[in-house]
Amino acid sequence: MEKKDALINYCLRLGDSSLILGQRMAEWCSNGPILEEDIAMTNLSLDLIGQARTLLTYAGELEGKGRSEDDLAYRREEREYYNTLLSERPNGHFGDTVVRNFLHSAFSYHLYQALKNSSDEMIAAHAAKSLKEVTYHLRHSSEWLIRLGDGTTESHEKVQESLDNLWEFTGDLFEMNEVDEILIKEGIAVDLNTVKNDWDKTINEVLDRATLTRPQDAYMHSGRLEAVHSEYLGHLIAEMQFLQRAYPTAKW
Amino acid sequence: MSNTDNQGDVWEVFIQSKPGLPHKHAGSVHATDKEMALQNARDMYTRRQEGTCLWVVPLNAIVSSTPEDSGSFFDPSDDKIYRHPTHYVMPDGAKHI
Repeated sequence: MEKKDALINYCLRLGDSSLILGQRMAEWCSNGPILEEDIAMTNLSLDLIGQARTLLTYAGELEGKGRSEDDLAYRREEREYYNTLLSERPNGHFGDTVVRNFLHSAFSYHLYQALKNSSDEMIAAHAAKSLKEVTYHLRHSSEWLIRLGDGTTESHEKVQESLDNLWEFTGDLFEMNEVDEILIKEGIAVDLNTVKNDWDKTINEVLDRATLTRPQDAYMHSGRLEAVHSEYLGHLIAEMQFLQRAYPTAKW
Repeated sequence: MSNTDNQGDVWEVFIQSKPGLPHKHAGSVHATDKEMALQNARDMYTRRQEGTCLWVVPLNAIVSSTPEDSGSFFDPSDDKIYRHPTHYVMPDGAKHI
């Protein structure tokens, strides 16, 4: 595999994860538990879609086949998406969403901290910009998790269950293959084992404050690296791509 | 400041648009505590670069004059024009006055 192909794949991994999580958060629009949260969650969505735009545009340029950010976002098939399995998990109840966002934003936070020093200028600039956004995403989800975990008996039980259910999708975040190997050598990508150490610390600190129990590592799903997904991604994509599929020449 | 609708208490939001300028009232948010009030204010009122600093204040911490006060509070200043510094020419360099 050539460096260029590895970099395109790397951009899709980051960009698709933002895109899919952004789409999930957009699903909360008009369904939030209170007006303030509704707006907060759609804000998160817009941040994430913005992040996806930068990376998909860059991936399209690197590829050099004239594919735009929209072509990549809205005209690929399910097996061409490299998003994290965690990002596609359904919103469930508010606690499920909080836990998913917490686990994911802690990952993005530490990944972007490391990618700020990437030797690829675009990746480094993107990481620096996105870091400000995901710092808030992590704060938002952490504070909610602490309140739900350390709230009532019912809220504690509910988010503990969310955490137990989502835990098996966290292993996928840190898996690496040849793409990582090539890009780490070039100083473009970072070793996800290092990110995992930082992630562990954040997770443990916040779970502790939330009086929640960290689940034991047991069976972990994987699929991100091979673009193999759960049954949920197809449905998400069908909704996300509806307009572009139904009206292929539609323009803003 | 009733909590019967389960949305938390009301907090008043004040935004400073630039360093050095006074915080101005922007509106209100619901929240259950000060951190959440600050986050909600950030999400509701600063999405379009409105501010550089935020204050949130619990509604019940604000003491307001009442309409009944207005006669004795505000009318006596009606005929004291000399309290306005309008007779001075402002130097060009003076801003935000």
